[in-house]
Amino acid sequence: MFRNLFASKWIGFILVLFLVLLFLPSFVPRFFVYVMGLVFVTSLLAMSLNLLVGHGGLFQFHHAVFYGVGAYTVALILTKTTWPTWVGFVAAPVVATLIGLVIGWFCVRLTQLYFGMLQISLGSLIWAIVYRWYKFTGGDDGIHGVPMPKFLSSLNQSYYFILIVLALALILLYLILRSPFGSTLQAIRDNPQRCEAVGINVRRHQLRAIGVGTFFAGIAGVLFVVLERSVFPDLLFWVLSLEIFIMCLLGGWFTFAGPIVGAAITVSLRTFVGKYTEYWTLILGVLLILLIFFLPEGVMGYFEKIFKPKGKEAGERRNP
Amino acid sequence: MLHVEAVVKSFDDFLAVNEATLSVQKGEIVAVIGPNGAGKTTLFNLITGHLRRDRGRILFRGEDISGLPPHEICRRGMGRSFQIVNVFHRLTVFENVQVAVLSHQRQSNTLLRPASSIAVVETRSILESVGLADKRNLIVGSLSHGDQKILEIAIALGNEPELLILDEPTAGMSPEETFATIELITQLARTRGLTLLFCEHDMDIVFSISQSIMVMHQGRTLIQGKPEEVRRNPEVQSAYLGGE
Repeated sequence: MFRNLFASKWIGFILVLFLVLLFLPSFVPRFFVYVMGLVFVTSLLAMSLNLLVGHGGLFQFHHAVFYGVGAYTVALILTKTTWPTWVGFVAAPVVATLIGLVIGWFCVRLTQLYFGMLQISLGSLIWAIVYRWYKFTGGDDGIHGVPMPKFLSSLNQSYYFILIVLALALILLYLILRSPFGSTLQAIRDNPQRCEAVGINVRRHQLRAIGVGTFFAGIAGVLFVVLERSVFPDLLFWVLSLEIFIMCLLGGWFTFAGPIVGAAITVSLRTFVGKYTEYWTLILGVLLILLIFFLPEGVMGYFEKIFKPKGKEAGERRNP
Repeated sequence: MLHVEAVVKSFDDFLAVNEATLSVQKGEIVAVIGPNGAGKTTLFNLITGHLRRDRGRILFRGEDISGLPPHEICRRGMGRSFQIVNVFHRLTVFENVQVAVLSHQRQSNTLLRPASSIAVVETRSILESVGLADKRNLIVGSLSHGDQKILEIAIALGNEPELLILDEPTAGMSPEETFATIELITQLARTRGLTLLFCEHDMDIVFSISQSIMVMHQGRTLIQGKPEEVRRNPEVQSAYLGGE
């Protein structure tokens, strides 16, 4: 099952990167460890969106909702019940998936922009509920001081937990993308009509993909609470959805790892430029304009093109 | 095997298909001919479920399939190719055909197992039978038009259909490509025991390979019969063959 994964030409680079990240907390200041944790969480969120947008061709415009639902689920369970922690950690992605499937069930009946519009409406409805229901969700105050178990009590421990979950999730996403499910999803992105003509139930397949994508968004929500110990309605606001959409575009949405690059760029900009000016999005905007002109395939798309082995024609890919 | 009974389809006020009838027996090669705008492609889209008929019945292997969605009809053993190239542009030739084979083997939802280990033999044998095996690693967008049309047929074969519907399989091809494609199609029909339903503008091809010809004119069926009958029919001659 993992043979393909480890035969990848990137494997050396990935192992070195993983080792560096593993020892990072011993060398750098706390704040930097925190920012890296945030990059990891956001990366997973962007990856879960890209499964639907980049590889599935779905206009999943309001994906942050499922991230927020995951985060709120774990925060509510840990603050309002006496259930063990793992119940909250498992319930979050499950609830996110359920809400994803309910909203998706309506959305897959529409195509493209109409899909996106309905998604924004239904997603905003959930945001409004969270924002207004003071007794249950804490309204615009959110929930703070979510208790964490002992093994997640320090920042470094949270960092390692997030890193390991991210690594496992990325391996899973990689396998899913290379599976028949993933290749069928990409075929639907390219040509839904033709897929119907070869016997694929396009809507049902898209709905399954939404289930998978929102599941991983829910996991990202859990990781956010592990890092921040608090939740607030901004997690489900459409602005965040737009931001992660831009991350996919920035990194390259036809590549596997592009959204990670996009997330790293966006989070760094917000953290380091945001320190000096609240108009850090201005720089993001300029970056986007440059990107559209010079790297239309995104940052990763560009690097994949450069590092393509010599002697291979453009548009050639190895198959069994 | 396939019976189309008085099927009607209109777009707003325009009657695209007006009480068309068609019958295809198992193992036959049947052609639908008619001038541009006669409703041939609309008729094919009605049969494969891409459009919904207004009235009439479509029977496939004795079962009423009118109103079923395309993927259900495909699963009952009907494959098709499209007039305008309709493939998966970002995928390789191999992956294009594999998608259909995976669907046929009910593997489309398999998670966590690499697609590169499933349905490989079947996909390869289809690519070999249509002569695209050496181009299997190319992204489809970089293929020539003729090869993309052949790939259309290869994708349709992935579902191992009993009835294969080809909407102008040689549209836009050079005379040499057309000849080779027709050779390929008849050979595939023979070796795989396919029943063929196709439409085509080249009359020499139509009359040389089909056992039965249906003539459409302004959405109606003028006649369906053996090539000689069709050729002799005065109505057909005035409407279409130009008094040949």
